[in-house]
Amino acid sequence: MAAEAISRALRDGALEGEHAPALTIKDSIHAPLGAFVFDHILAQLSSNISSSKSQAQLRIVDCYTDPLGWKIQLAESGIVSNRSTQNATTASLCKNVRDLDMLFSSIVELGKEVIRETKGRFAVAIDSVSEILRHASISSAASLLSNLRSHDQVACLFWLFHSDLHEMKASSALEYISSMVACVEPISNTANGKGMNSENVPLIEQNLGRGKFSVRFKRRNGRIRLMSEELHTEQMGINFVPAFEGHVTSQSLVPKVQFNLQLSEKERNDRAKVVLPFEHQGDGKPIQIYDGRRSVSESKTENKETNAEKMHVNEDSGRGEIIYIRDSDDEMPDSDEDPDDDLISDSTIFFLTVGILELLTN
Amino acid sequence: MMSSNSANNLLDEALGFNDECGGGGGGLLLLIEDRVETSGAFILHHLIKRRLSSPNRPNDVVVFLSFAHPFSHYDRILRKMGCNLGVQKENKRFVYYDMLNLNYPDGEKGAEDLLLSVYGKIQKTVELCSSREGYKNSTIMIDDISLMEVALCGSSNLVLDFLHYCYSLATQFDCLVIILNHEDVYSTVDVPSPLLQMEYLANIVIKAEPLATGLATDVHGQLTVLNKGICQGSGCSKSKIRNFHFRVKENCVEYFYPGSRT
Repeated sequence: MAAEAISRALRDGALEGEHAPALTIKDSIHAPLGAFVFDHILAQLSSNISSSKSQAQLRIVDCYTDPLGWKIQLAESGIVSNRSTQNATTASLCKNVRDLDMLFSSIVELGKEVIRETKGRFAVAIDSVSEILRHASISSAASLLSNLRSHDQVACLFWLFHSDLHEMKASSALEYISSMVACVEPISNTANGKGMNSENVPLIEQNLGRGKFSVRFKRRNGRIRLMSEELHTEQMGINFVPAFEGHVTSQSLVPKVQFNLQLSEKERNDRAKVVLPFEHQGDGKPIQIYDGRRSVSESKTENKETNAEKMHVNEDSGRGEIIYIRDSDDEMPDSDEDPDDDLISDSTIFFLTVGILELLTN
Repeated sequence: MMSSNSANNLLDEALGFNDECGGGGGGLLLLIEDRVETSGAFILHHLIKRRLSSPNRPNDVVVFLSFAHPFSHYDRILRKMGCNLGVQKENKRFVYYDMLNLNYPDGEKGAEDLLLSVYGKIQKTVELCSSREGYKNSTIMIDDISLMEVALCGSSNLVLDFLHYCYSLATQFDCLVIILNHEDVYSTVDVPSPLLQMEYLANIVIKAEPLATGLATDVHGQLTVLNKGICQGSGCSKSKIRNFHFRVKENCVEYFYPGSRT
């Protein structure tokens, strides 16, 4: 499962001589489930830390309570009380999120304090990079993430990013820095931009509770591994289930009309049994249909029979007759079948045969 | 069919505020999006009345930042709805900030300092109310965000900073933040619009749109209420969407599901 693979990669941390694994969690307003995924990953990593499976210790830098230092300024001037900042989390409070160099130093200093006794490594979770990009340029934000990733004492890091809030280059820059990119997409294609009506409300509501979860893993050797599944929100978090792509695809592509456009199993079987016009020769003899995929011997037999039929036709030339030779089976549209599949099958069999001979000789 | 004067109409049900007297919704941000064809101002008026008309909440306050209209405009409308804003203002339950006639300094730094000053006043007001006995919720309202952006020399970033701080105040003091913005102002913006940032930030989004079929005399538009649900210790409630029609009358608004109006 994709989510489990992510948790394992973050848990295992950085290998010797390699940068820390970095995860981008990407979503959009039409599938706003990225925060659920972030929380899930955070909970998994915390659980791993608690059970000492991870080399990392986890802390969060609070850039939410007073990101621009307004509350501190107001408190110092006596306009408001100090309560606002006193209620902040016990983690380090960031009072100027625009200064990313200071933010980096704060993260590293806090991390070093935490791991001083254990001499381990620390993880960094950022919720969210979209908020950082409101106050800083993409190059500064990318530099921050890259510096964190390459720091000796950072075991892993992950961040949340709303892709539709930024230009494509920002999204691409972050994906280049990441070793894993987890993307949350809508489960249903709604008629975006066509206005709201009671028909697309159920689809939009569905997208608020379910989503497609696709993960791209970038391996050290450059290979890319793709995994996908579905995620469902529940009362106590989220749940990941295998994706049923056919089901999802058919839901999104088949237009909503008042008649059924798809065939049931029985209907497909019945259709296969239907004798097409011009194949029924009506002369009392068994119906002969040419099938191009049959063996040569069968086709020879057929040819003899066909020649016999032709002779019979010539003899009965007074009657009209239609000879219909079907050149291919009825193929389903958009079939993914590879016409060379039979060749592959043959090579697989060949390989197995060789293997069996070796066993026998041994 | 339900009017806005009844105890619980479709809009109140969709908002899901627990308190029958119009309270609840603490720690949330509610975004109202409207268009030229369908003004969402009536939602703002409805919520003002609901927040002020609860006799069990004498210390709750509505802090109102107006960039769009003078006080007399709201006073006249709310009087027709049975709510005397003048009296509420004297009783310090309706705190009105006239943002129209402020002297806005040039440059972003000057604008930020001004916003800091306004935010300080809001925080001070909310802190004072929260210390009183019987305090339940306060409400911060902004009408409207697009004019606020104009006043701040077009800096949408400053507007978002201000909203962020109001939201942090809301979560700390159990307030409800209500903002009104115009969707079609951003329709030609090429870069990702600040309206999208607000949609991410908001817990409840109400969209007032015209009907897909166009103008009608009996139905003035449709409302879509997206309630993202809240997360508490026991878990998260499910996100819900409601869609229904409305008709604005002289003293109230009627809400009804499509096809249910006789």
